[in-house]
Amino acid sequence: MPIELKMPALSPTMEEGTLAKWLVKEGDSVASGDILAEIETDKATMEFEAVDEGTIAKILVAEGTDEVKVGTVIALIAGEDENASDVEAGAAPAPEAKADTGAVEQPSDQKTEPEADAQATQVQMETGARDLVASAEKTEVQPEVPEGTEMVRTTVREALRDAMAEEMRRDDRVFVMGEEVAEYQGAYKVTQGLLEEFGARRVIDTPITEYGFAGVGTGAAMGGLRPIVEFMTFNFAMQAIDHIINSAAKTNYMSGGQMRCPMVFRGPNGAAARVGAQHSQNYGPWYAAVPGLIVIAPYSAADAKGLLKAAIRSEDPVVFLENELLYGQSFEVPKLDDYVLPIGKARIAREGRDVTLVSYSIGVGVALDAAETLAEEGIDAEVIDLRTLRPLDRETVLKSLAKTNRMVCVEEGWPGCSISSELMAIAMEDGFDDLDAPVLRVTDADVPLPYAANLEKMALVKAEDVVAAAKKVCYR
Amino acid sequence: MAKSASARAASAKKAAPAAPPRPNRERPPEPERYQAGREELLELYKQMLLIRRFEERAGQLYGLGLIGGFCHLYIGQEAVAVGLQSALDDKKDSVITGYRDHGHMLAYGIDPRLIMAELTGRAAGISKGKGGSMHMFSVEHKFYGGHGIVGAQVSLGTGLAFKHKYADDGGVCLAYFGDGAANQGQVYESFNMAELWKLPIIYVIENNQYAMGTSVNRSSAEDQLYRRGESFRIPGIQVDGMDVLAVRGAAETVIDWVRSGKGPVLLELKTYRYRGHSMSDPAKYRSREEVQAVREKSDPIEAAKRELESLGVTEDELKAIDKETKAIVAEAADFAEQAPEPDGSELHTDILVGSY
Repeated sequence: MPIELKMPALSPTMEEGTLAKWLVKEGDSVASGDILAEIETDKATMEFEAVDEGTIAKILVAEGTDEVKVGTVIALIAGEDENASDVEAGAAPAPEAKADTGAVEQPSDQKTEPEADAQATQVQMETGARDLVASAEKTEVQPEVPEGTEMVRTTVREALRDAMAEEMRRDDRVFVMGEEVAEYQGAYKVTQGLLEEFGARRVIDTPITEYGFAGVGTGAAMGGLRPIVEFMTFNFAMQAIDHIINSAAKTNYMSGGQMRCPMVFRGPNGAAARVGAQHSQNYGPWYAAVPGLIVIAPYSAADAKGLLKAAIRSEDPVVFLENELLYGQSFEVPKLDDYVLPIGKARIAREGRDVTLVSYSIGVGVALDAAETLAEEGIDAEVIDLRTLRPLDRETVLKSLAKTNRMVCVEEGWPGCSISSELMAIAMEDGFDDLDAPVLRVTDADVPLPYAANLEKMALVKAEDVVAAAKKVCYR
Repeated sequence: MAKSASARAASAKKAAPAAPPRPNRERPPEPERYQAGREELLELYKQMLLIRRFEERAGQLYGLGLIGGFCHLYIGQEAVAVGLQSALDDKKDSVITGYRDHGHMLAYGIDPRLIMAELTGRAAGISKGKGGSMHMFSVEHKFYGGHGIVGAQVSLGTGLAFKHKYADDGGVCLAYFGDGAANQGQVYESFNMAELWKLPIIYVIENNQYAMGTSVNRSSAEDQLYRRGESFRIPGIQVDGMDVLAVRGAAETVIDWVRSGKGPVLLELKTYRYRGHSMSDPAKYRSREEVQAVREKSDPIEAAKRELESLGVTEDELKAIDKETKAIVAEAADFAEQAPEPDGSELHTDILVGSY
């Protein structure tokens, strides 16, 4: 049997691409690792490597062909026991390449387009992260702007980049440093194009030394600059947490207000897809516990942009928690010259009167998704996106609680000592008389995030559990 | 680029007899290339080939969606783990590494089916499917993982060495890390303690020349990484990590030194990874010519093959080994694909040992 070479998917979301160039011809013998072809998508050009040994028996798709569907057999390789000339192009039908909702980017500690593989087909890996993304994809949020403002569909990734670029144009003291932020264009491509525009003085690749460069950034802020320190993920920021808390957060207080630390620590936070226990934690509750820090965890692209600009301008140290699964999601972003949002203000992402769902970051999509299901069942849920975790907008939460008298906290993170715990305490302290039912929390399972696909799904927060909890507090 | 890479690989070979930084301080002798007999070299060759074929298949399964998350392949670096671990006493010695860990497990003779089943997240996996590619362990083999945070294994390995000394069990620890991790602060904190307390540890820098997309020269003020222990008085030796017998020879020398109680040694293995940092790295930071040049001129498996041929191993024998290796890997892949996922109840097991 000849080995079929199929058009590879360069990313789980890719449906078709251009077969730009063949680097082998019929009759060539190939060994694993040989580059066979170059394939292009709108995002990138990738090399297509052989995995099997044999002879190229037949090239079925000529170079220069556009719109080659993923999974199409593009060539046949005869194994070593076969005669290449005997191989018939039995052209197996190309599998339908369809894009599921909730397409999850293959996680990466560095990029967005996975390496193509000779036998790769459009098979998506199983992951609970897909459900989180699906919730975000099937719901909408609108930014608060004056009526008639022009909107631009923007990914969270681009919104963050735009925010940094705008602030860097505005203020020479602002610079970005971190692992792979410059030449590589960002491990997750958030800093794409910044090196080109601002140069190596202001867009700085660091070695893998989180503790060191977090301290360097903090010191530079003490000296009067406005650093943006990117962590490849907040999991790696644990190496540097001493500087974030002991150096950055406490400086202003300890110096009696003399010495400031105006800087932003940013990067992806929370669970990604199948990356296992050490790369999947939500540090929101950790940092939100620390006086002296501002902690922001946006959901939409508009909020990401408006709040990152505010964070960069803030006189205080800001921990800015992004979410890798949301980087590729698109939202409406107002086309305004200077879109800056207030820190410390939650937002009603959906109005309702029967129950309040409070969440932040990717949990907002889960809450909105649950709200739609609840609406079908006659329960009108209000969804609050906290946006800032410290200082927490108690007023907005309590106002909503006073209206609905019921509250469910939704959090992609562990249940204990969480933002949910804090919200429940606030409801007890200042909203007790408004409560018609105990506040409930729906979170990830209280376990390190497992790798196995089925366990991972069980571990992550789910819209259906939010629906069940909302019904429970509504006594339905 | 291609030129500079091959030039670098070549200079790695020449640089091996490094001048002692402090001639008045005792150093391990310069390692000699290991003189392997036919059977011995065949065994090393088989192990390297198994890693290569296994990793290629893992890459394939990743493309098919059967392996998720991160998957860091060891292709190109096989001679390092195979050459070093073949010299260990697996009854006594311990090994620890980072997230690019499949090769080290295979070099230890751990069942490829259990490793592959971990990659696919199945109950039969070596961590019951709960760890994944980066988090594999076998306490039975004294293989202590499998760590996802860059540099963490260096301190942890120093702790394993501390245990060897404390228990006086005669063992040494082999702690692998990359050129990227070599810049982490805890590496140097560990170096200091290890030399101060004369701990039996071999620090192995697998210098594959790129920390993700950042080349050694762009991230390291002292890019001759074997010198990184000098200020702690840890002797450093640079070795051609593409030559399994050179690696084995160096292993013999430094294991003798460390086992005799003279304290830690730093081994820098000059190697190269052919694939991206992980499956999702398009590796735009280096040219195709650079990768091809290493593959063609310095491939550890091809070199061993040529040496075997000169020792009289026939093409048929080599073909048979290839076939056998492919069969082992195919079986591991089938096993890993068909094995069931963990039971749902496993979500809540193994968090704490005791009940409270």
